[in-house]
Amino acid sequence: MTDNKITVAGMERRDFLVTAGAGVVALMAAALVPGRAFAKPEDAEKLITEYTGGKSVSEGRVTLQLPQIAENGNTVPVTVDVDSPMSANDFVKKIHIISEGNPTPYVATFNLTPMTGKAEVSARMRMARTQNVVALAEMSDGSFYAAKQQIKVTIGGCGG
Amino acid sequence: MAKKPRIKVPDSAKKGEIIQVKTLFSHTMETGLRKDKKTGKVIPRKIINKFECLFNGKEVFSADIHPAVAANPYFAFNCRAEESGEFTFKWTEDGGKVVTATRKMKVS
Repeated sequence: MTDNKITVAGMERRDFLVTAGAGVVALMAAALVPGRAFAKPEDAEKLITEYTGGKSVSEGRVTLQLPQIAENGNTVPVTVDVDSPMSANDFVKKIHIISEGNPTPYVATFNLTPMTGKAEVSARMRMARTQNVVALAEMSDGSFYAAKQQIKVTIGGCGG
Repeated sequence: MAKKPRIKVPDSAKKGEIIQVKTLFSHTMETGLRKDKKTGKVIPRKIINKFECLFNGKEVFSADIHPAVAANPYFAFNCRAEESGEFTFKWTEDGGKVVTATRKMKVS
């Protein structure tokens, strides 16, 4: 049945090439900071409710301009543009900027008046990691409009 | 917070024109989340928490600022030119220190 071949052939001398130093092991050490708490999208939701007082938020009228990718989270330019005549009876009262992925969801609140003339504000913000940013506008008639955008962050910018 | 703030407003404007105002204030905006690498202690928060812009005493624009605003807070906003007068800019730091600056604008 089974052919048990025992090969005891002539002792063959072989040169073994030991390839040394060829194996390169790339160790990617993920730079994780332990114990760092980030805001969750729910925290941002909560803050939005705090700002609106529970009123419904509509889409549109607000344009949020952010770069698609931020190489440096330390300074990310952000521009919010709200479609409004900015007249004495119809103007944007407040623009809130809310972060979903920073240590706290608070970023800034801009208070505008009819004297502002045009509801367009630019600033620079910090981003700890890839996240969504929300711009929430409060109109003089008490209605709310919002816009949301995702931004990819290569290097986070909240210290540490 | 000793350095002079940088402000850009036109010297003159036409009545009804909407002009752009740009301001930059040199400040580290310490978040209160960073740790000193040598001592391991948390560096206390020190930021500009409020910025205001007034024209002839009336508020044009203001901002409530949180630590997520980048160092050297920069704001660009607009203002409707209605009359000649003076802009007043105010930056308030944690602890209550206030820095003010003024700029004149002629409106014709």
